[in-house]
Amino acid sequence: MPAHVTKKRNKYLTAGLIMTGTAVLLGILAFFWTPWSTTAMSASERFAAPSFRHLFGTDNFGRDIFSRVMKGMGTSVMISALVVLLSASVGIFLGALTGYFGGVLDEIVMRVTDAVNGFPSILLALVVISVLGTGRQNLILSLGIVFSPSYIRIVRSEYLRLRDADYIKRARLMGVGKGRILFVHILPNILPVFWVSVMIGLNNAILAESGMSYLGIGVQPPDASLGNMLSDAQGYLQTAPWYALAPGLAIVWIVLGFSLFSEGIRRLGE
Amino acid sequence: MKKKLCSLLLAALLAMAVLSGCTDGTGESSENNFSAVVGIQQDIDSLDPHLATAAGTKEILFNIFEGLVKSDENGNLIDAVAESHTVSQDGLVYTFTLRDNVKFHNGNAVTAEDVKYSLERVSGLLDGTPLVSALSTIKSVDILDEKTVQVTVESPNTELIYSFTAAIIPSGSGEEEGTSPVGTGPFSFVSYTPQEGIVLKKNPDYWQEGLPYLDQVTFRIVGSAETALMELQSGAIDIYPYLTDSQAQTLKEGNTHQVVASPSNVVQALFLNNAVAPLDNVLVRQAILYAIDKEEINEYVGGGTGSLIGSAMLPSLADNYVDLNSVYGTKANVEKAKELLAEAGYADGFDLVIDIPSNYEFHMQTGEVIVEQLKAVGINASINPVEWDTWLSDIYNGRNYTATISGITCDQTPGYLLNRFQTQSSKNFINYSNAEYDEVYLKAQAEQDMEKKAGYYKQLQQILADDAATAFLQVPGNMTAISNRLEGYKFYPIYVQDMSTVSVKK
Amino acid sequence: MAYLGKKLITLIMTLFLVSAAAFLAFQIIPGDVVTSILGTEATPEREEQLREELGFNDPPVMRYLHWVGGLLRGDLGTSYRYSKNMNERMPVSELIGDKLPVTLWLAALSTVLIIVISLPLGVLWAKSRSHAVDAALGVVTQTAMAVPSFFLGILVTYCFGVVLKLFTPGKYVSYRQSFSGFLGYLIFPALSIAIPKIAMTARFLRNSMLTELGADYVRTACGKGCSQRRVMYGHVLRNALMPVVTFLGMIISEIVAGSIVIEQVFGLPGIGRLLISSISNRDFPVVEILILYITSAVILVYFLVDILYRVIDPRISEK
Repeated sequence: MPAHVTKKRNKYLTAGLIMTGTAVLLGILAFFWTPWSTTAMSASERFAAPSFRHLFGTDNFGRDIFSRVMKGMGTSVMISALVVLLSASVGIFLGALTGYFGGVLDEIVMRVTDAVNGFPSILLALVVISVLGTGRQNLILSLGIVFSPSYIRIVRSEYLRLRDADYIKRARLMGVGKGRILFVHILPNILPVFWVSVMIGLNNAILAESGMSYLGIGVQPPDASLGNMLSDAQGYLQTAPWYALAPGLAIVWIVLGFSLFSEGIRRLGE
Repeated sequence: MKKKLCSLLLAALLAMAVLSGCTDGTGESSENNFSAVVGIQQDIDSLDPHLATAAGTKEILFNIFEGLVKSDENGNLIDAVAESHTVSQDGLVYTFTLRDNVKFHNGNAVTAEDVKYSLERVSGLLDGTPLVSALSTIKSVDILDEKTVQVTVESPNTELIYSFTAAIIPSGSGEEEGTSPVGTGPFSFVSYTPQEGIVLKKNPDYWQEGLPYLDQVTFRIVGSAETALMELQSGAIDIYPYLTDSQAQTLKEGNTHQVVASPSNVVQALFLNNAVAPLDNVLVRQAILYAIDKEEINEYVGGGTGSLIGSAMLPSLADNYVDLNSVYGTKANVEKAKELLAEAGYADGFDLVIDIPSNYEFHMQTGEVIVEQLKAVGINASINPVEWDTWLSDIYNGRNYTATISGITCDQTPGYLLNRFQTQSSKNFINYSNAEYDEVYLKAQAEQDMEKKAGYYKQLQQILADDAATAFLQVPGNMTAISNRLEGYKFYPIYVQDMSTVSVKK
Repeated sequence: MAYLGKKLITLIMTLFLVSAAAFLAFQIIPGDVVTSILGTEATPEREEQLREELGFNDPPVMRYLHWVGGLLRGDLGTSYRYSKNMNERMPVSELIGDKLPVTLWLAALSTVLIIVISLPLGVLWAKSRSHAVDAALGVVTQTAMAVPSFFLGILVTYCFGVVLKLFTPGKYVSYRQSFSGFLGYLIFPALSIAIPKIAMTARFLRNSMLTELGADYVRTACGKGCSQRRVMYGHVLRNALMPVVTFLGMIISEIVAGSIVIEQVFGLPGIGRLLISSISNRDFPVVEILILYITSAVILVYFLVDILYRVIDPRISEK
């Protein structure tokens, strides 16, 4: 049995690492170099089928789809990382305070997160974008708001669990400062749980970002993003099916990579 | 326990089924052969012909309502509810004689009383609220006898007659009746479902002998521009007037529909706010016009079906149109554009945000091409999509923008497109100001001789082009798909879907 | 009972918060419904008339209170945008009542698909001794979970619509016209919603069953000489299903959100599409009711799951 588990764990981790690695590397590379320009148009090469010249073919403006998918992956990963960074920071800060101290603040924060949770996430993001307007910062901000409550809840429940642990009680008796207890004594102990939720959060953020761009309220053209490419491509399903396939499969690739990777890490921890 | 669980789940599902199934009706009869379905893109804003403002609504209401006069497929006015009309020498008195055989859909004959009521309603004489702004010039509507109505206006305007296309409705119906729209058109109203569409049926009493041919016409809102193609192929819709270039290509291969390109009545432009730096500098505006490649835009976005324009006039208004494409050329002139930018002090270019109403795929795609073209001369442009609503309030009315891509829909009057560029015009959303222009426009308006008037209009177009007031791009082509089982569809130079002449092929 | 009361108070508070937030948002969003209804040809007089008619000349707080008052009396208000006929505005209840069946049936159909497919799949998977089957299902479900619903919608459209021609994308059949045709069309969007959820639920059930199989009581039961069948369905499945119920509750609430996007992909005239068009039309009364409806539906699903859980396992309420 143990040998079997080890083998399996490696498989998850390797597959996840390879998939995530290629996506992230290609995405980062796209900010410096792509085989073709991501925006340059060419009237003579509209709707070219995949070939060695254009790996994934070209779109309705004759732009190279492979280059645009590369750039789109980079954009998606970058935005998702920032969203998770933002919401996880908010989660740690508010979750620690409410979980450790409780009281009125806890009650208020919990009611607000209840309300946000009761709201379908895409709808909330839609409303926030309507208020703030489109744009990258606003996209990150709105998704950050959407994702924060789940982090607050996770961190809060961990703090609630640990606040009466023996070693914390002892630290309190010894007169250790509150800030120190919160972020030096307790924080490191919740990290294992926290990392798993960060990985899941990354996945959800990528799905949410591409969903928003698909609906036309995320990344704006002519900038490439996997979601807005898909929505453009939908009109050409009959003439150029590869146009929809490329960005769609790229999303699947990234999300699958992340989930295999986090599954691998989870099993490593067991 | 498992059983309990299952039954609970089942109960929940059943509850959902009951909740949603209660409105399930018996269903309408299946399609008959003498009906047609027209795909439309937007929902209807009002069924009241005097309150409807969206072009997408007016094109449908054209089938239900008629004015004293109406447009024909050549853009000329023909008498409709009126049998004939005369205008006095001084242009102040209009006399309309009504037809004998015009009936409303409710079976009542149209009387002078109905005409008076309708005109007073649209002109604001009824309650102080003019519904058609051009007709607010009406001073009085008098019934001379039961078939003759005389309209007196405050000032002469040779283009006013076009506004008498305003619908004639039964006297008093605006306030009381209101259960369903009643007009005199070839089709009468059956039902309307928000977000799905509107159903019309044949008006058997229509005054034009033999028309219409179809028993029923449905205007159905398509799922999206993307699925429209598949709806056409499956026969879910028969006529669709807004094909994109690639959809047209696909459809032509199938041989099930004819695809016809016809010029629209929309002037598409990259509108430049003349009051905002750096676009307040004529050199910068000229540079932008040189940088834009109109041929490329037409090719990418319209499949080459548009007509390129250099100023604010539809080429179809041939008497008044002057071709000004040569002023800045139809292809990009990067050298000249860079030169002008350097002269204006922007040798390194500048940032430009272009606001575009995001519901218009056509304008959005045009924006993508223009951003790329401006990049070549060093202008760093970006697209900011705005909702149609925001566009109207912030950009069109608020004038709070730098540049925007949109289209102006022009009714038949040539003055309509030029009127808005007067300094004081409330519709002058590009903040254009040129004393000479204002002066010539006033002269044109006062002129009664049509030929001289056209001369002034041409002069106005030239001034706009010289000042690079705005980057006029093209009059996009409309690509309409018509099912092979239908015939007789007529193309209008204005935005209407006339279904009265459409019939099923024998 | 005290528990029920507490839940109810939370629900009302949440709904109040949500509605106030939505109202506030609409005060901030750029775009004016009056100018947008009247378009580019508006006259100032018409604008003023419409403003008065829609009650825009009252202060915002009054308008909100007025709206809440109407809601408490059971009046959902009227749409700014849609009119029932020439001069009567469309009541929101009628507008939504027309669209609701589409979304509810879509959700119901997806739920049925999920339960009918994922439960047997999960059980078979847990019972499977074959290594190859186990690995294959692992890969397939992992991949299915990674596909975003709108891409799945496009794939379903392409495979079943364009290539196999099993249905006509976009040719939605109204439930008023033909109910079987309606369901026949709905099955494809429902499939797009269901596939990732089926994968999730099957995985979840399988893991839950494997955990149960390792538990002490199973070994005891086996020791007592029970038939394997009885152990499997009498004990293991029953216990393994409990966490699955919670999981399904979560998934059903996700379906509500998922259908917003899927309705867009398949051109279904449900409440998701109405919501998106109403937000861009600034049709506040419609948006407000839809948001309240969706929020309370989600909270209600969670609540039902909670109750169901207490029924299944009475120990929880004692905690």
